[in-house]
Amino acid sequence: MKNPLLTSHTLMQGLSGQLARCWLGAGYLFLYLPIVALVLFSFNSSAVPTLWQGFTLRWYSKLFGDGEMVAALGLSLKLAFLAATSSVLLALLAAYALVKYPRFRGRALFAGMVNAPLVMPEVIVGLALLLLLVGMQGALGFPSRGLGTLLIGHSLLGMAYATVVIQARLRELPPALEEAALDLGARPQQVFRLVTLPMILQALGSAWLLTFSLSLDDVVVSAFLSGPGSTTLPLVIFSRARLGVDPSVNAMATLIILVVVAFITAASLWAVRAERRRAREMFAAWNEPSSKT
Amino acid sequence: MLSPKTWRPAWLNGLRGRHWVIGLPYAWLLLFFLAPFAVVVNFSLSQMGLVRPDSLLRQIDGAWQLTLRSSNFSNLLGDGLYFNAYLASLRMAAFTTLGCLLLGYPFAYFMARAKPARQGVLLMLVMAPFWTSFLLRVYAWKLLLGEGGWLAALMDGVGLDYVLLWLGLIEAPGKYMHTPFSLMLGLLYSYLPFMILPLYAGLAKMDLRLLEAAHDLGATPWQAFWRITVPLSRGAIAAGSMLVFIPCIGEYVIPELLGGPRTLMIGKVLWEEFFNNNDWPMACAVAVVLLLLIVLPLSWFNRVQDREARA
Repeated sequence: MKNPLLTSHTLMQGLSGQLARCWLGAGYLFLYLPIVALVLFSFNSSAVPTLWQGFTLRWYSKLFGDGEMVAALGLSLKLAFLAATSSVLLALLAAYALVKYPRFRGRALFAGMVNAPLVMPEVIVGLALLLLLVGMQGALGFPSRGLGTLLIGHSLLGMAYATVVIQARLRELPPALEEAALDLGARPQQVFRLVTLPMILQALGSAWLLTFSLSLDDVVVSAFLSGPGSTTLPLVIFSRARLGVDPSVNAMATLIILVVVAFITAASLWAVRAERRRAREMFAAWNEPSSKT
Repeated sequence: MLSPKTWRPAWLNGLRGRHWVIGLPYAWLLLFFLAPFAVVVNFSLSQMGLVRPDSLLRQIDGAWQLTLRSSNFSNLLGDGLYFNAYLASLRMAAFTTLGCLLLGYPFAYFMARAKPARQGVLLMLVMAPFWTSFLLRVYAWKLLLGEGGWLAALMDGVGLDYVLLWLGLIEAPGKYMHTPFSLMLGLLYSYLPFMILPLYAGLAKMDLRLLEAAHDLGATPWQAFWRITVPLSRGAIAAGSMLVFIPCIGEYVIPELLGGPRTLMIGKVLWEEFFNNNDWPMACAVAVVLLLLIVLPLSWFNRVQDREARA
């Protein structure tokens, strides 16, 4: 039996197929053109970054000798690691609360506060948080501007994104599995640890990677919250990019892109493998009782 | 099997667990997301030069008095610079949203109608740029549009610069950087994935049998698209538009790197009040008016987001 929609509009289909390919192709070209340009020009021997003069690794050696950049990279990596971890933990609680408890006092405000940082202009978030922290420092003596304040700001932003990812995964879990565990006598904490957590592990991983890269990239909130001696990598890149183009920025960009590509590839391979293993285990579990009888 | 004795502690534990799960992120958000806005409002009504602003509520002779100093706001409204910057930001955000929708809707539609096996890769390719620095991707446009850049050369070659000149988006043929054109392109580029992703999510989960039903009832594909697909993706359009429109109004990095003297956006004004003029109360006043501008679309966004999440 053929789909009538497909057969009677073969011509339309062919035409829209062409259009679809062109539109998608142009769209991806638009999205990836700047990334390709960044990588290519990091190997350009001309100091004028728009003129191609030949292959060189000069900018990479210059980059490693650049103390300011290297120190900023170290700080940024540390910050991103801490911020990603704390935002995923906070987001896990928030997402769990929003999905599993459909009714509690102040839920609308809670949902609003979780979602708002997604769209709130960063200049407002940065300014507001800085003023609060300055006020706190005046009253309590801490925290002074530095890694701690940066961590608070980045965790706040990261939490919003991580909650979206984790919430989506929690919602699509079949409730039957958790109910079965409860029926079999598992306590709520056991259900969470033994049933829910393994199933959302992949979402936690991608939320962690997303918040890690958001933290590694943030300019505006960092500019408000960083103190003397805590200049992150994006702040260094931004201050140089404002002045003009600098090939060692391209070299840094290429290294970051390389690491990201490696990470994404590894993560998706891992996800595919985990998915297969889960399918195999489910299959085995289904078959076990019948093989015993 | 469960005696009342062993049951009760478990029940109590569950209750306590629930309190922690809700309470911890709630307290965090109240302290670091909501409370700061109160501080901003308080600051915006104080004078420059006071290191510690005094509170709005003051106890004088045993009675609480509300003292409002609104000079920052009268400055804000009296000075055309601020008014124009707000207007320009709103206009830029509206154009960006429209542009992203026009480019992104067909893109998301074709993605959602591609072969299921291929959709995972297509989605991954849209999301991958998120993992590479946004700052560096914006910076890359400087390479492409600067003098002698690939794209600049290409546009010179096909004579597109005269079209842009005629549209008033650039000032001189062959000069693309620091114009409304480069700013617009940077905004479109940066926000396009934020439009595509919710649209794709909405379109991919649409029930295709509705289209077959429409066809059986005599609708042409074009009619079916406008009367079924588009109305069904209204929630996704709203979510995508808000994800683009609201942060775009207060954008700072893109106008700073790609914009020029003709494109003053309010995020940049706020930044300069704070970092260059060190006028914290004025920066707060700018922020408060900006907040008032986005409060309506923001509450709409929250409603859409919560409804989508519950669906």
